[in-house]
Amino acid sequence: MPGDVVGTVLGFARTLRHAGVAASPDRVTAMLTALGHLDVLDPTAVYWAGRLTLCASPDDLDRYDAAFAAYFGGGAPRPRRSSGAEQPREVPAAPLTSGDGGADGGEPSDLATRAGGEEVLRHRDVAGLTPAERDQLRRLFARLRPAAPMRPSRRRSPSAHGAVDRGRTVRRALRHGGEVTRLAHHRARPRPRRVVLLIDVSGSMSPYADALLRVAHAAVRARPTSTEVFTIGTRLTRVTRELRLRDPDRALAASGAAIPDWSGGTRIGEVLKAFLDRWGQRGTARGAVVVVCSDGWERGGAQLLGDQMARLQRLAHAVVWVNPHKGRAGYQPRTAGIVAALPSVDHFVAGHSLAAFEELAEVVSRA
Amino acid sequence: MLGAALELTGYLPDEGLATAAYLALVMHRPLFLEGEAGVGKTALARALAEVTGRPLYRLQCYEGLEASQALYDWDFGRQLLHLRAAEAAGTGQRAEELEAGLYDRRFLLARPLLQALEDSPSVLLVDEVDRADDEFEAFLLEVLGDFTISIPELGTVRAQTPPLVVLTSNRTREVHDALKRRCLYHWLEHPDFDREVAILRRRLPEVTETLARQVARATATLRELDLLKPPGVAEAMDWAGALHALGARELDPDTAARTLGAVLKYREDTDRVRSLDPGALFGAR
Repeated sequence: MPGDVVGTVLGFARTLRHAGVAASPDRVTAMLTALGHLDVLDPTAVYWAGRLTLCASPDDLDRYDAAFAAYFGGGAPRPRRSSGAEQPREVPAAPLTSGDGGADGGEPSDLATRAGGEEVLRHRDVAGLTPAERDQLRRLFARLRPAAPMRPSRRRSPSAHGAVDRGRTVRRALRHGGEVTRLAHHRARPRPRRVVLLIDVSGSMSPYADALLRVAHAAVRARPTSTEVFTIGTRLTRVTRELRLRDPDRALAASGAAIPDWSGGTRIGEVLKAFLDRWGQRGTARGAVVVVCSDGWERGGAQLLGDQMARLQRLAHAVVWVNPHKGRAGYQPRTAGIVAALPSVDHFVAGHSLAAFEELAEVVSRA
Repeated sequence: MLGAALELTGYLPDEGLATAAYLALVMHRPLFLEGEAGVGKTALARALAEVTGRPLYRLQCYEGLEASQALYDWDFGRQLLHLRAAEAAGTGQRAEELEAGLYDRRFLLARPLLQALEDSPSVLLVDEVDRADDEFEAFLLEVLGDFTISIPELGTVRAQTPPLVVLTSNRTREVHDALKRRCLYHWLEHPDFDREVAILRRRLPEVTETLARQVARATATLRELDLLKPPGVAEAMDWAGALHALGARELDPDTAARTLGAVLKYREDTDRVRSLDPGALFGAR
């Protein structure tokens, strides 16, 4: 391979990494190998050699096209854009301090209520906390250990009861000269059921979004492979990957950077439809416990939300709706969104304090 | 090139897919295909087997898939019989000999992955890998990494020529990066209008050109409608076949409405399409 080709490819990989595609060195090596089998001077061949080796998901494709056009000049020779692909995100992160907004803007007294004690804090509404109390509560969130709901799986494990395990019975018999002395049994091994959290990060939910994302972080940390987290607002964002970081503050900062519609408006119905189209129906919501955290303030039509919730309930094992306002005394489900959604909800719970989140974890694990 | 050879089998790939298949063949790298259901992911593996003249081994993944169903398993029943037969015959073999005889190749049941390596060169299709659980991915990684399977009692089986591997996924969950890194990644899209017409004509020669064009156009329109399950090429072929079976030579609103079940698989979608103006959707143009 001529040196200038290698140099060009390495430069392209650098451009690609800036565009947000993780073009790791082994992938770059693969691209060079691929080019060795193709015509290096043919732009289409170069395009495909790179796309096939450097990209890893449909989300990468748009970024790849943009980087290709920028680096090699001219348009990417890709025939057609997929209609379902996500637009590249260019909106920068809103700072993750939105949880402090609103209520306590004019409350500088943070030392006065310090003596509240953990037990009192556990039952306080998250929205009404002072910065210091919030700090203290954050440490308590770290202790949250949500148990996963279980379901039977196709895999079996040895057990004293259950169906006869033929393989193990015969293997045991072979050890005794072919004499079956005892039957071995096995039964279905329980596996964690998938949990999907959909967290509303619109303006009306901003006092609670930080706390809910911390709950989500605890859930992801407890069961990284069977938990999925999305944020909903004016658009759908998957933040599972970001929340897998061990440190809660770094995980929240990373997901804050990934969420373009922080504290914006809400179109739950539309975003829920996007979730079901792109993820839910393909399998993410199938047989899962889906937790929707929202106050049900809907700018789009409530009819759409009702339809999508019904669709969600048909796919999911259980649907849990968390509404922080439910914790207030005298709460009645009146917003149009909630009224439309409630018929398709299995469990309707509050989500305003740490105690309420513990209760939520309990509901999910028993769902 | 490979693209032209594939076309001879009746599979019409676009340039990207043809390049991907060619590279998979010459680089000995598995090809990881993702895309909507019904765009021809599984069909590609069949066409590749036909083009290269290699046997096709298919492993359909599902939840709870285990090594004993994917790699190999010992035939316990036959081992037991062998033991009893030796006892009855009283050949006077020593115990160690008898035991060594039990783990012979003839008592080994080869499952798709082992079959594909033994019968080299071959085409191996690992279908819907996203349905298997992540434990399974880990040892798929091992097999696809160096195309060997080690059987403790027998030794290592190595493919003389690495098989051409096609993995497909419907993206019900994200497949682990470690697996993707070893593969060529290709996202399959719905074919454009001309290619779809060509595919319909090639696969269903009995369907008239007019009907094929109308079905392709109507299917493309349906894909724009934001349905729960947009129809793929497979559905378009079913539809054209259904229309032909009814003796239709052209697509008119009435026959279209009667055969809608071949393209749309959700009641909500059917209701939606019926509520629209059928003339505008399926009218002859």
